[in-house]
Amino acid sequence: MFSLLKGMWTLLKHTLRKRVTVQYPEEKPYVPPRWRGRIILARDPDGEERCVACYLCAAACPVDCISLQATQDETGRRYPEFFRINFSRCILCGFCEEACPTYAIQLTPDYEMCEYDRRNLVYEKEDLLISGPGKYPGYNFYRVAGVTVGGKDKGESENEEPPTDVRDLMP
Amino acid sequence: MIVATIHIDNKPYEVQEGDNLLSACLSLGFDIPYFCWHPALHSVGSCRLCAVKNFRNEEDTRGHIVMSCMTAVCDGMRISVKDPEVLEFRASVIEWLMLHHPHDCPVCDEGGECHLQDMTVMTGHNYRRTRMRKRTFRNQELGPFIYHEMNRCIQCYRCVRFYRKYAGGRDLDVSGIHNHLYYGRFEDGTLESEFSGNLVEICPTGVFTDKTLRKHFTRKWDLQTAPSVCVHCGAGCNTIPGERYGKLRRILNRYNHEVNGYFLCDRGRFGYEFVNSDRRIRRAHLRPGTSDRSAELEPSSKEAVVASLEGILANGKRPIGIGSPRASLEANFALRSLVGPDRFYTGMPESESALVSLVLETLTCGPAVSVSLREVELCDAVLVLGEDVPNTSPRLALSLRQSVRRRSLKIADKHCIPLWNDRAVRKVSQEAKSPLFLATVAATRLDDISAATFNGTPDEIARLGYAVAHELDPAAPPVEGSTSEEHVLAACIAGALKAAERPLVVSGTGCGSEAVIIAAAQVAAALHRVGKTAGLSLCVPECNTLGVGLIGGGHLEAAFKEVTSGAADTVVILENDLFRRADAKLVAEFFKAATHVIAIDHLFNQTASHADLLLPAATFAEADGTFINAEGRAQRSYRVFPATDEIRESWRWLYELMQAAGKTDLPLWTTPDDVCRSIAESIDALKPLGQVAPPADFRVAGLKIPRQPHRYSGRTAMTAQVSVHEPAPARDADSALAFSMEGFHGHPPNALLDRYWAPGWNSVQALNKFQSEVGGPLRGGDPGIRVLEPAPDREATYPESVPEAFSPRAGERLIVPLYHVFGSEELSAVSPGIAERSPGPYLGLSPDDAESIGVDEGRNVRLTVADVVLVLPVRLIPSLPQGVTGLSVGLGDLPYVQVPAWGVVTRAKAGD
Ligand code: SF4
Ligand code: SF4
Ligand code: SF4
Ligand code: SF4
Ligand code: FES
Repeated sequence: MFSLLKGMWTLLKHTLRKRVTVQYPEEKPYVPPRWRGRIILARDPDGEERCVACYLCAAACPVDCISLQATQDETGRRYPEFFRINFSRCILCGFCEEACPTYAIQLTPDYEMCEYDRRNLVYEKEDLLISGPGKYPGYNFYRVAGVTVGGKDKGESENEEPPTDVRDLMP
Repeated sequence: MIVATIHIDNKPYEVQEGDNLLSACLSLGFDIPYFCWHPALHSVGSCRLCAVKNFRNEEDTRGHIVMSCMTAVCDGMRISVKDPEVLEFRASVIEWLMLHHPHDCPVCDEGGECHLQDMTVMTGHNYRRTRMRKRTFRNQELGPFIYHEMNRCIQCYRCVRFYRKYAGGRDLDVSGIHNHLYYGRFEDGTLESEFSGNLVEICPTGVFTDKTLRKHFTRKWDLQTAPSVCVHCGAGCNTIPGERYGKLRRILNRYNHEVNGYFLCDRGRFGYEFVNSDRRIRRAHLRPGTSDRSAELEPSSKEAVVASLEGILANGKRPIGIGSPRASLEANFALRSLVGPDRFYTGMPESESALVSLVLETLTCGPAVSVSLREVELCDAVLVLGEDVPNTSPRLALSLRQSVRRRSLKIADKHCIPLWNDRAVRKVSQEAKSPLFLATVAATRLDDISAATFNGTPDEIARLGYAVAHELDPAAPPVEGSTSEEHVLAACIAGALKAAERPLVVSGTGCGSEAVIIAAAQVAAALHRVGKTAGLSLCVPECNTLGVGLIGGGHLEAAFKEVTSGAADTVVILENDLFRRADAKLVAEFFKAATHVIAIDHLFNQTASHADLLLPAATFAEADGTFINAEGRAQRSYRVFPATDEIRESWRWLYELMQAAGKTDLPLWTTPDDVCRSIAESIDALKPLGQVAPPADFRVAGLKIPRQPHRYSGRTAMTAQVSVHEPAPARDADSALAFSMEGFHGHPPNALLDRYWAPGWNSVQALNKFQSEVGGPLRGGDPGIRVLEPAPDREATYPESVPEAFSPRAGERLIVPLYHVFGSEELSAVSPGIAERSPGPYLGLSPDDAESIGVDEGRNVRLTVADVVLVLPVRLIPSLPQGVTGLSVGLGDLPYVQVPAWGVVTRAKAGD
């Protein structure tokens, strides 16, 4: 008897409390920018693909759901020929983002990824590539690296001397 | 070996006295970082990374830092490899080396297998403190094989030491001073050496990387690999091919102490791309209405083809089988079992068959013993008879280059200089060379290190061999009518061979002359008579020439006759383009006479286009197989990835044909082991075949050996675009290897060792961890077994006749074969990189001969041999003897011409 009354009292108390249930999807909860949701491939500040197809994200992925193939354009700039993430396997752990040396692969606060058909969870590069730099605005890997790419010759990277004249004998 | 006890961090260890400290410590399993030292190039002490601390005695607590690679081990030595001062020293060396290092790892093809990365992690350097600007260099265009990115260099000198000193290349060097050292060519251009590919593995950084890999770049951890054997010549080098997404991506060296050691030639390393070629036969093909062959071959289902074969094989008159020296023992034997031993033909033309039988006879009858490539390096006097080694058996040429260093090493030894002290050895010996005598048709790329060269016709070369044998042992038949120069040369060669501790005779099928091989055997026999144990190394053209020779069978012309005479009407051709081995007219007649032609091969070629039934055969990358190299070593090669489409192993096709033909009492063949067992049962010489590699049911602790590294990526995404359900991994019931990343990741038996990796060692240098001592045999013994051993104590016998001296014929010239490392071999020539390096077909003439014909370099001439007429551009070859003309065999679409032969060379007429 006593326990019954105690239960009813608790119930009545709760009817007066502030509601915590959110009317999703009409009402969206706040997710912080560093939330680990749907993965995107960002572009560098010049609007080029940031991914240099180094395969590190694929190696870091504990469920092996990233697969890509490297290739390079006529100027020697390396980029992925294809880049595929199988989100039906992805556990959104963020290891790929952690491993990425170019800030290309980023997890976003978008978590709405339900599909009726698993096949729709296989994202190709076209589906992953966004038009901006994502969370990390300034960085451009090819401006730091020593390799030449279109529009950047040897010695034109950050902190580089002009190419050495190897026939120079001056001390 | 004298054992010395040294104390490393106060613990005693037994090592070899006099060895260098670095190699001793690495052999003991200590991780000491290093760059410039290499087990094959030894020590120069230029990078300063391998520092350790040396203490005078037990009381000495301060000690002093020494470079371990430059310090000899002596008994009672006390060192520390982890003294704090030493660790700091190494970290600062790396920091200096990294001052100018570009921020390249993500786009560097070395990344993930970079010795510099490994060493940087090992020493703990992880932050660039300097704000100095980085020095940069421009790269060079180095041809189709090597990609250059000079910014990444750490100035260890390994590349030039290998390229120039070890491989004898001349067009790569270091230029500049202080921190402007530049490793490259004088100007942009293709690297000339046929060993340039080794730079990829020798360079500890990403300066020199594999350009063919770059076109379809994949990291080491993503490559599916298997132990394999090179199929591009008779040397039988061990390789590690790597595959990703169903395409072969690259070849790395697989260490075999007895065979190729650390190095491959570029044909073997870059010839793999034929596997990915558009010319691959991927489906079974059938010619509708087989009687007149006017219809085109059409892709058909496997079942339909096998069904139609059933009819052909059951009703056809005596089918014959044509095997191939480039197909595995298993495939050849399966064909032999299908058609019966008396109807099996080796697929070699009569002339080559005779040469191969002679080679086999020489190697099994003794007294000379065939030597491995490593033993070649230990020989201190060499006579090459007739073989253009750099072009026919490139890796052997690299071993010969090391053999001439024996004298240098002896001199250094006399001065008590340890042999690993490379710079000192070279200085004190002034690079003195042991004698290498080259008797060849024309100049070779070994001429620069030879004591004397002789260019002549094959018969003249044979006569020189006989003369040497006579000089060594007067019981050998004398050579009549030789010039005094020849006499002096023969005496000089005989003297050098006699004075040597380990003389070696090299010859082979290259110049197409039996007399030359007999002469080589004579020299070896004569050496034996005078109490020397002579080594013999006989080059053969293809990866399984000796294998198919041991299986035995008739030659190609006999097979043709069998069909044209009507005794047989059905032929099964195994991995063999007959147009490369016999006169086109003969082959055409043969095809016309045959009612049913069944071909099994990798690539669409002329023979395939004549077949009524075409079956797609797996290449070395998709099939297990056993091959016998020129030394007589049987080696197992494993498939790297499962075959796609309808491609299958040739022996499996042939087994299916046996079943289709309704053969009774078939042995049960489910794995290559079963085929090998049948081979061992029916061919005496191949009895030991069962021991070549562990059986298919071999397991380590119940586990298979994985072909994929433990960090193989993309398993759940690589086929997701096709089906989101991952397929089950392909099963491999044929071997102890698995198409998987699961299994035993330790050190398996060496025949199954498919990659080198150890914790902290991601680069090829991880190999250290698999050797019994660094630079020595693999722990547990090197793979492969020798099947050709001569009977002990065979007495040398001499033949009676000596070939006649060369007498030019009026109006005719002797046409001899000339080979090219890039282009002369059928399969590698299909690979784009090799094709780019291959010259077009040409006719080689000495300048005098060219003048007498009235032609110049590049002008066309008309060559008539037997009834073949060819129009070819002239190449002037000053070393060719007068009256002798060289034909570039195997190049491009040049039809088969049997050489050596007499032919007529005239100026090409207009319209030719
Ligand atoms: S880690 Fe970054 S740069 Fe490398 S492949 Fe992945 S997304 Fe591209
Ligand atoms: S050489 Fe090694 S350390 Fe240097 S960029 Fe390449 S992978 Fe990185
Ligand atoms: S190019 Fe490579 S091998 Fe040559 S010195 Fe530089 S780092 Fe060493
Ligand atoms: S020498 Fe012959 S077997 Fe060795 S890698 Fe070169 S082609 Fe292959
Ligand atoms: S390895 Fe000893 S100094 Fe370079």
